[in-house]
Amino acid sequence: MAIAIVLILLALGSVVFYFLSPWHLPPLASNWGAIDTTILISFIVTGVVFVAVVGFTAYAIIRYRYDDRRRASYDPENKKLEFWLTFVTTIGIAALLAPGLITWASFVTVPGDAHRVAVVGSQWHWQFRYPGEDGRLGRVHPKFVGRGNPLGIDPSDPHGQDDRIVDRPEMYLPVDRPVEMLLTSRDVIHNFMVPSFRAKVDALPGQMSRFWFTPTRTGTFQSTCAEHCGVGHFAMRAQVEVVPQEEFDAWLGEQPTFAHMQALESGDPAAGRGRYAVCASCHGQNGEGNADMNAPSLTGLSPWYLVRQLENFKSGARGGNPEDTFGAQMTAFAGTLDEKAMRDIAAYLQTLPEQAAETTVSGDAARGQRLYRTCAFCHGSNGGGQWSANAPQLAGMNDWYLIRQLEHFREGIRGRHPQDMYGNQMVDMSQFLVDEEAIRDVVSYINIFEVRAAEQSGDRVATLQE
Amino acid sequence: MVAGQHDAVSRVPPAEVGEMELPHAHSWVTRYIWSQDAKTIAVQYAITATAIGLVALVLSLLIRLQLGFPGTFSLIDPASYLQHVSMHGMIMVIYLLTAIFLGGFGNYLIPLMCGARDMAFPFLNMLSYWIYLLAVLVLVASFFVDGGSTGGGWTLYPPQVITEGTPGAGAGIVLMLVSLALFIAGFTMGGLNYIVTVLQLRTRGMTLMRLPLTIWGIFMATVMALLAFPALFVAAIMLLFDHLLGTSFFMPTMMMVSEQRGHEGGSPLLFQHLFWFFGHPEVYIVALPAFGIVSDLISCHSRRPIFGYRMMVWALVAIGGLSFIVWAHHMYVSGMHPNFGFFFATTTLIIAVPTAIKVYNWILTLWRGNIRLTVPMLFALGFLLTFLNGGLSGLFLGNVTVDVPLSDTYFVVGHFHMVMAVAPILVVFGAIYHWYPKVTGRMLNDTLGHIHFWVTLIGTYAIYYPMHFIGLAGVPRRYFAYGETAFVDDSVMTLNAAITIAAIIVAVAQLLFIFNLVWSYFRGEKAGPNPWGATTLEWQTPETPPGHGNWGRELPVVYRWPYDYAVPGAKHDFVPQNVPADAVEFEHGSQQARPA
Repeated sequence: MAIAIVLILLALGSVVFYFLSPWHLPPLASNWGAIDTTILISFIVTGVVFVAVVGFTAYAIIRYRYDDRRRASYDPENKKLEFWLTFVTTIGIAALLAPGLITWASFVTVPGDAHRVAVVGSQWHWQFRYPGEDGRLGRVHPKFVGRGNPLGIDPSDPHGQDDRIVDRPEMYLPVDRPVEMLLTSRDVIHNFMVPSFRAKVDALPGQMSRFWFTPTRTGTFQSTCAEHCGVGHFAMRAQVEVVPQEEFDAWLGEQPTFAHMQALESGDPAAGRGRYAVCASCHGQNGEGNADMNAPSLTGLSPWYLVRQLENFKSGARGGNPEDTFGAQMTAFAGTLDEKAMRDIAAYLQTLPEQAAETTVSGDAARGQRLYRTCAFCHGSNGGGQWSANAPQLAGMNDWYLIRQLEHFREGIRGRHPQDMYGNQMVDMSQFLVDEEAIRDVVSYINIFEVRAAEQSGDRVATLQE
Repeated sequence: MVAGQHDAVSRVPPAEVGEMELPHAHSWVTRYIWSQDAKTIAVQYAITATAIGLVALVLSLLIRLQLGFPGTFSLIDPASYLQHVSMHGMIMVIYLLTAIFLGGFGNYLIPLMCGARDMAFPFLNMLSYWIYLLAVLVLVASFFVDGGSTGGGWTLYPPQVITEGTPGAGAGIVLMLVSLALFIAGFTMGGLNYIVTVLQLRTRGMTLMRLPLTIWGIFMATVMALLAFPALFVAAIMLLFDHLLGTSFFMPTMMMVSEQRGHEGGSPLLFQHLFWFFGHPEVYIVALPAFGIVSDLISCHSRRPIFGYRMMVWALVAIGGLSFIVWAHHMYVSGMHPNFGFFFATTTLIIAVPTAIKVYNWILTLWRGNIRLTVPMLFALGFLLTFLNGGLSGLFLGNVTVDVPLSDTYFVVGHFHMVMAVAPILVVFGAIYHWYPKVTGRMLNDTLGHIHFWVTLIGTYAIYYPMHFIGLAGVPRRYFAYGETAFVDDSVMTLNAAITIAAIIVAVAQLLFIFNLVWSYFRGEKAGPNPWGATTLEWQTPETPPGHGNWGRELPVVYRWPYDYAVPGAKHDFVPQNVPADAVEFEHGSQQARPA
């Protein structure tokens, strides 16, 4: 008896849950209302069947509960009943399938006027590419990928020269215009999912996959990776800005073309030296840093990282949080620099000898080693950093600085700004360091890493020249 | 033939084949360790599967602790989280469910229910278990190697699973693949045995259409497994080659960790096709034995013949066949050619028809039955609820357009746990409560059984049902933490905490079940040979538990189908399969059915 009542309660509860739960499809922001309709039809059909079957079961349990004086009925077959049940079920299934297949037919048919965007996944971020004036995307191959060519565009393909490159996980789309997303991956399989758009597909290495939709609402949308792609899977986000056409055109015009990126001169260390004089008052003549001034060592950091941080300071993406006092100081300095000056300073810093910072904290380095295993996926097992993962070098950094930054990341004081995309990842990743002790332990392990001697850091010089 | 009896006869032709010699045990070791008795092998399979299943249960709790209370437990980091997720899935699907249904129930029930003395090839059967055990040990070893077990998800998709962005991409994945290859080799030995036994060793009178549905389910599942596992086997070997020898079956040109890899021209999609060509039938390899067993539980405990037996058999065969042409519904958003969607959505939804027929026939068996709410029956009813729920949500995911927004969200997690985890495991429990008296000669404790049932049913429903809805809202799966995701708000975090608490309670209830298994073995109420009043042959053995050879001097002879419950006018409400039509006792002056 209890089971009959519980079955009824669970079935009705399931229906009530559908109506009362706070979780529904997020508000639609694309043309795929037909998918929502199919989902609704599925809910209605399955809901009715669920309640009917469970209700019938519960009723049978109550009505035919065991009675010693009674016998069950012996009628093991009923051809007519079985036929009708099969028939009605087939009709019901067809009613579900038909709208699904009709919608799928439009899903697989890309409208002729759709514009194209190439979406490239890699561990663990997204990059984008828009066709230039010629309206065509250039050929790509992983063998061309390098710091100066993050998407691997074939330099000999004239169609690639005017492609607009977005080397950060942020894309713009014009509202009310169909777009065909062309997805590829540099390494493993990823998936670009924006729930409000409904459509998505995996991004694979070695082949191109595609889907189309028309954004119907302006606004900012978050994308999450929807195909397990390794340790950073959960932190692989991107932002989609749907804007009016004019705003989109203006934004696209600001994005560098491939030709522009190729022509970009490397920073000038001589000019950087002059610029650095201001920095030296806190960071030291040789970039060795100064704990009393809360200024970290700058040697050993790659130019791409230095330039990005200076840009972030300038835009307020870093240092804008009122609790980041020392970061706030940097926003003032960075505000005086233009892009060229930043690259010059970064170039100058590459000429300074790398040196290990003084050890000031002690922790359980053995535990730190276990914890560092997560960090190693991006920052490398010897803390050398990895540009393809946008992860800076950790070896040789001041331990007090690392601790403060990890705390800031964990608390969201650094990295929560929507424009600090890679900082964002660190906020997510640092959550596994559950307390101060864990942070101290992992930093005390990082302290063990040796800095590379200046002459060994050929990799840095090479990337500088690209 | 007596009026009202389904296909009962009074005479059965003599046997055409002589009896087989049995490799009898001569010592404690050959009786309990190197045993060639299918019943002992069944228990060995069941204990091993349960033990490794408990490991997977602990892993699921670690997953839940992280999801429910992120940033609290320092023993779970992003890498180990993925490792727990992967090993939990793999163990539960392959090493627990597949092994316990086929190796456990298959071994115990096939010879007994067919009226055979043992499996056709007892030595091969023994070997099958020991290779399974070896596979489990290799799997366990992967937890302890450098880098730990694989964190690539149970689906093992390359390139991710064998590249360094994924934990366990070194020795962990190698051991995982070796273990799978061993498992498949071991299973093939067992599987051939089950098929030959069902086809060749049925006793006199046991026609195919007199087989209990349990055997039909296990038989069809074994046929499917023998056809599906080779796809996984070759995929595992090819993946090993890609990983260890640098071949490029599944690996295209890639740029990883700032450097280019030597692979060229491989196809990651090829692996997915091979994996799901196995993976989808695998769902039914677990489901069909559950379908069969639950049919027998419902019929026996409702004291009524299973409704539409012939239809049930053909539905099993149809599901088994169709399940080989639906695999790519796991790949709607994989980047395969989208036109495949039309074909696979259609085949997938067609499978719903024979599946629905099975559900109708179960509930029509209850209708006008005389339902005993025993513990096995409760579990069977729990299966009906959860399987129906999971089957219906499958109509969402199978319908290609609906799958696009829902794939890789918690909707999928809710769906496959409901249909592939909860539903079959409830049947495993029901089956253990049902057949434990035959295996041990003692009943399981009823009170503990009731507690176990209620906590498990309500707990698992509370865990998995709400997951569908956060999936609808877009919450992606296989996420270590959600950080600040626009569509993952505080209500999701609250729900995750609640689900974790429910999961802990359900897990504790399973310990109660394990305790019951052990305690009842020594202290349980003594069971007679046929405590449920069941008709099938295993309840008609001369000894309980049955001895080696099952049947004493003479094999039983089968005179009727396995569902002669409530035969009109018969004195008892069940007539065993080995009772001839003219030997049925009737009530005085009555050959007519009483009014229901």
